[in-house]
Amino acid sequence: MSNEFWMIWPGNAVASALILFAIAMPFLYAARKLMHNLLHSVGHMIGGPLRLGARWLFATARDMNERNKVVLLAHGREEVGQHIEREFERIGTLVTRDLEGYPALQRKLLEEITRVEEDYKKCGEVPPPPPEWVEAVTAIAKVKSEGGNEMVQRILEEIKRSVHSIHDKALADYRRAYESRHKILNGFMPFWRSLDKTFGQVDKKLTGLHDTSSKIDAQMEKYEQINKKTDKAEHALTVSAFTQFAISTLVLLIAVGGALVNFKLIALPFSEMVGAGDYLTSTLRMSDVAALVIIFLEATMGLFVMETLRITHLFPLIANMNDRMRRRMLWTAIVFLFVFAGIEAALALMRDMLSADKQALIRSLATAQQVAPPDPLLRMIPTTAQMLLGFFLPFALAFVGVPLESFVYSLRTVGGAFVVMLIRATAFVLRVLGNLIRQLCRVLIGIYDVAIVLPLLVERLVKAARSEGDASESRPVKRAA
Amino acid sequence: MVKRLLLASLLALSAWTCTDQRSHTQAVYMLVDTSGTYAQEVGKAQIIINYLLGTLQPGDSLAVARVKTRSFSEKDIIAKVTFDSRPSQANAQKRAFRDKIDAFVKSVGGSAYTDITGGLIQGGMFLNETGAGRKTILIFSDMQEELDKVTIRNFPISLKDIRVVALNVVKLKTDNIDPRRYMVRIEAWQKRVEKAGASEWVLINDIEHLDRMLQS
Repeated sequence: MSNEFWMIWPGNAVASALILFAIAMPFLYAARKLMHNLLHSVGHMIGGPLRLGARWLFATARDMNERNKVVLLAHGREEVGQHIEREFERIGTLVTRDLEGYPALQRKLLEEITRVEEDYKKCGEVPPPPPEWVEAVTAIAKVKSEGGNEMVQRILEEIKRSVHSIHDKALADYRRAYESRHKILNGFMPFWRSLDKTFGQVDKKLTGLHDTSSKIDAQMEKYEQINKKTDKAEHALTVSAFTQFAISTLVLLIAVGGALVNFKLIALPFSEMVGAGDYLTSTLRMSDVAALVIIFLEATMGLFVMETLRITHLFPLIANMNDRMRRRMLWTAIVFLFVFAGIEAALALMRDMLSADKQALIRSLATAQQVAPPDPLLRMIPTTAQMLLGFFLPFALAFVGVPLESFVYSLRTVGGAFVVMLIRATAFVLRVLGNLIRQLCRVLIGIYDVAIVLPLLVERLVKAARSEGDASESRPVKRAA
Repeated sequence: MVKRLLLASLLALSAWTCTDQRSHTQAVYMLVDTSGTYAQEVGKAQIIINYLLGTLQPGDSLAVARVKTRSFSEKDIIAKVTFDSRPSQANAQKRAFRDKIDAFVKSVGGSAYTDITGGLIQGGMFLNETGAGRKTILIFSDMQEELDKVTIRNFPISLKDIRVVALNVVKLKTDNIDPRRYMVRIEAWQKRVEKAGASEWVLINDIEHLDRMLQS
């Protein structure tokens, strides 16, 4: 009943509303300009700050993007610089190792070449040509021995015999000469092989050098691109950072899994040491916290080992230490790791004993009959496995520093890109909202005018009549003029 | 800046660690009805006690008391223990507790009357003394209270913040004739317990569902 207080026509809401609207129409018409101004002001009041906020956010996103780019390029420059440095170190080692012996190699090569040359020359020496009397013999051989001149016959026989003996001698000389040349040529073989091997070594070393120099060239090109701050370099670095982030996150998740297994191994025995009744929060026991602390300490020691070995570079202080101090720190961290590993192995054994005790108790509570104890061998296998796991997991966790470093460095890029994206999205939403509100105010102005269309129509008619009247009044004047 | 951050983190950590000073232990007081024919059900009570021994954690407390003609007495407590915080010691205590209960089960005899209220008052006092965070009274009974003429129990009792769990509330012969008697009896106990300030009233008749017995 109280909801019908406004009804001029009780029981008829539509008629009441129409009557009220008709009554209100002149007032609405009177307030038209004021309402238009009000709606414009409201539109500006709400839309203006929103658009301003959007503009500011876009500017901030741009600044952040620039800053991210600078950081990314600086990090990329540092990384590529280190890579180039390492390649130069590698090439230096190669040059020192291989080209240090190059003069000796060259001398050996020259000696072998000289020897081969000399031997070749020796091969070229041929036995002297047959003596000139061969021609004389040929002339005598042409003498006619017809008529059975015995004298001539005998001479010729003698000559033939002499020639045969000389021929045999010359032939033997030739054979000897060729035999010695063949021997020389045979002696070439080891030298050729040695030469071939030496040239092969030279070729291999030069190819290695060439490969390394190609890598340096590629890195130098990348370095130049970064120095020029090109979009290509930025894109490549961003992609690389995202890949690194994904890989390091995956590896870290695996490490977290390992840490959880480790935690399971030592949490129960820790309750034997620090008690199971103390709680840090409603669900977190002190014994659990103690176990977690041990695991974190192991990871930290592993991180220190990685830092002192200069595999990771998370702590510049450690990287800048002198070698002696660094070595001391390395050994300290390794000793701690071994101590923790030993403690964990012992705790794993203790856990197994406690679990066995609890199982025995539960069995005895569940049934009155005594159950035969399990086979000792079957019990020994999980116990040994747990102890081994307890011993080796701290060392496995030590390597978590490597993905952690990648994660930290790539997180800057990925996080930065994500924040920029978030800011841009917020700015876009603010801009859309601002525009929407301004347009909404315009629509409201239109609706307002539609609502008071009757008075507006009347106003237009009145204005038209007045302008017509003015025109008719002014027309005779014009004609007169 | 880094120093400040470290200091703030340390302060936050210390504040966080100092905030949770509540007791997280659990105390259970079990009343076992040994009156009349219900004394035959004591084997089931043993199963429940064994379940409790397997479930309760180091630091928790457990007491088992019998309900007889007058139960408001320490002498009615068959065995009580607060488990050591070390699991190995707690296991040894559980074994000793089980042995005591085994001995009680073998020697149990029926009583003439059933003073559940006296047992509840005694249980409430015991639980409050333990200072445990979660307190539970288990009543292993048919919930049919029978008092002699001298015993006075018709006064308000206090069971503030204590869960009361009625276990194995068997139906009596009279309940079989008129089931409303059973309903009325259970309802009356629920009202009385809730009026006494108990945090919860639970009825478990199937001992296969003992997991509902203790508050998680």
